[in-house]
Amino acid sequence: MSLSATTAPPSPAPPPPDTAPRRRGSLLNRFDLKYSPYLYIAPFFLIFGVFQLYPMARTAWMSLHDWDMIGEHTFIGLDNYTALLSDDYFWNALVNTFGIFLLSTIPQLLLALFLANLLNRTMLRAKTFFRMAIFVPNVVSVAAVAIVFGMLFQRDFGLFNWLLSTVGVDPIDWRNQTWSSWTAIATMVNWRWTGYNTLILLAGMQAIPKDLYEAAEIDGASQWRQFWQITLPMLRPTFIFVVILSTIGGMQLFTEPLLFGNGSVIGGNQREFQTLAMYMFEKGIYNLSTAGYGAAVAWAIFMIIVLVSLINFLLVRRSAK
Amino acid sequence: MSLTTRRSRMAAATLAAITAVGGLAACGKDDDKPAAGEKPAKLVVDTFSEFGYDELVKQYEQQTGIKIELRKTAQLGEYRPKLVRYLATGKGAADVTALEEGILNEFKANPGNWVDLAPLIPDHSKEYLPWKWELGKTPDGKLLGLPTDVGSLAVCYRKDLFEAAGLPTERDQVAALWPDWNAYHQTGQKYKQATGKAFVDSITAVSNGVLFQHGGDLFYDKENNIIADSSPGVKNAWDTATSMVDISAKAQTWSPEWNGGFKQGTFATTFCPSWMLGIVQDNSGAENKGKWDVAAVPGGGGNWGGSWLAVPEQSKYPEEAAKLAEFLTNATSQVEAFKLKGPLPTNLEALKNEAFLSYTNEYFSNAPTGKIFGESVAKIEPVHLGPKHQAVKENAYEPAMRAFEGGQASKEKAWEQFVKDAATQGAF
Repeated sequence: MSLSATTAPPSPAPPPPDTAPRRRGSLLNRFDLKYSPYLYIAPFFLIFGVFQLYPMARTAWMSLHDWDMIGEHTFIGLDNYTALLSDDYFWNALVNTFGIFLLSTIPQLLLALFLANLLNRTMLRAKTFFRMAIFVPNVVSVAAVAIVFGMLFQRDFGLFNWLLSTVGVDPIDWRNQTWSSWTAIATMVNWRWTGYNTLILLAGMQAIPKDLYEAAEIDGASQWRQFWQITLPMLRPTFIFVVILSTIGGMQLFTEPLLFGNGSVIGGNQREFQTLAMYMFEKGIYNLSTAGYGAAVAWAIFMIIVLVSLINFLLVRRSAK
Repeated sequence: MSLTTRRSRMAAATLAAITAVGGLAACGKDDDKPAAGEKPAKLVVDTFSEFGYDELVKQYEQQTGIKIELRKTAQLGEYRPKLVRYLATGKGAADVTALEEGILNEFKANPGNWVDLAPLIPDHSKEYLPWKWELGKTPDGKLLGLPTDVGSLAVCYRKDLFEAAGLPTERDQVAALWPDWNAYHQTGQKYKQATGKAFVDSITAVSNGVLFQHGGDLFYDKENNIIADSSPGVKNAWDTATSMVDISAKAQTWSPEWNGGFKQGTFATTFCPSWMLGIVQDNSGAENKGKWDVAAVPGGGGNWGGSWLAVPEQSKYPEEAAKLAEFLTNATSQVEAFKLKGPLPTNLEALKNEAFLSYTNEYFSNAPTGKIFGESVAKIEPVHLGPKHQAVKENAYEPAMRAFEGGQASKEKAWEQFVKDAATQGAF
């Protein structure tokens, strides 16, 4: 600045260096306003692209091939998908997945609703403790859960069979029948996810305006009636969210049945509890030469999830009207 | 500039960024191999089950100054998918990778994933059991793996339970109880009458014993066509094993029932390839020390399992890895590993080694396991395992057999299930 002060002649017009920085500043400003939001959201989309979109696209590409995991790939079009439609074991896995899904989701959501309603009571002491405690099962690693429950459901020295024996029931070979294996797996899922869903439902309940209840109280409505006529209708959006989450989780069920069957991908001697995800693993990863078929199974699972979610969505829209 | 074009530009830029990163992720295989002769700081060894390498890698570290990371996986069933992932993605494989007999052929089908060891180390072909050495080569003559152990077969039995049932407990007398499988079955029935308890862990264990005594073809013929439903070896094992359902504890190998059964004594015998001794010991625990013993298997020797050490093509230090594999499979190392965890040597010098032959296993009532297994090695007839042997055995043959054992299917239905599933597992 001192240099310019001694050499530059005084000028009547506004000095040109003044405008240049201002213009630059406004450019930066404008750039900042327009584009920085994109930068802020970019990390998500980049990660989404790398870890979700790209694998999906590649899986779709693989599903159009006769793909050997560590060897040759040949393009065969939609052959894998047509083969899928007449594959007994695919339909078997689909039935198993839905069976276990229903056995776990329905009791789980009812229980979660019940627990959330209890935790929502204003007169409950040590609320935070109970709310934390109910979430603990979800923090435990799924493998640990599956291993522990696998032992509880053991045929020879399992706790559940011991309990049954005290009331004179013969030991059950849990892995050997469809109903018993489904029950065992659904128990694991319920144990792990009930608390999680309870907390989401509880959050939804807390968002319901208190004055509704006060008004109902004044009108003389019982607790039960308040639950049916205020809590449940106001909770619908949250409930739908929970149902969709459970659907996605249920369709992707993998670790619990896998470990329950001692790590075998076929899930039981006669595939009693082989889920879709396990079938995908069997074809896509266990069996090296059928990776393309496995990819087709993966896309089938994706489409089933979309379909089920869509049905859920339509049901909600209808009941909301 | 209109709003729409600006937007589409932005979208295009984002997409370009995504594909760029995606592209980076896709070509993750780095080809920056170090200069030949450069010493690695660390080499990784992948094994499953128990190879008994804990002490050996420490020795090698001291000798060479190279750090060795020993990665153990408990079961082959967990190990194989991991290995497949490493090979498919070109990343993550250990420098020295153990390959089991059941999965070896599958990897032979794509030899490009593996380093040819022959040019990297001196010729050792005369030092190992000839058939074992040959199996480690690919059809085009590339040396894919160095032989580690061989399965061989014996029966592990509980002396205390035998005594309670009024059966002899001395290992020679016990072996004399079952010159063949029929006699074994009868002994089992006697045991069951006396105690009311099961004699053998499962019929699939019996089947393994019978299957691997049958030299030659099992699920595949020599041209690697699947012959599961017509192979005499398979039919014989199936018939022998399914006939023994009355003396079986129905405890699936590797299941919680099986693990617990060792401690609780729910079965009195199981089939022990040499490598199984360490597992029996670990499952039974210190409280059952001295209760187990080892006797000869009905019907003479057989070979269940056994492995090779290979070097994946993606290893950055193939030469150093080959040297490590060479060290781990040499005569002295094989004797050491045998003493620690029981894998049976395949090196001819190791098999003649005095320390090996005179070795007695303290846990198994001081059974002379060196002598027992050493003698049975000579009787092994090499079995031909096809490319998907392990998959057919694990996902078709054994589940069908267990379905019969558990009463879910009749013998005929179970056989049908096996034949159907074998065909899909074996598909190329």
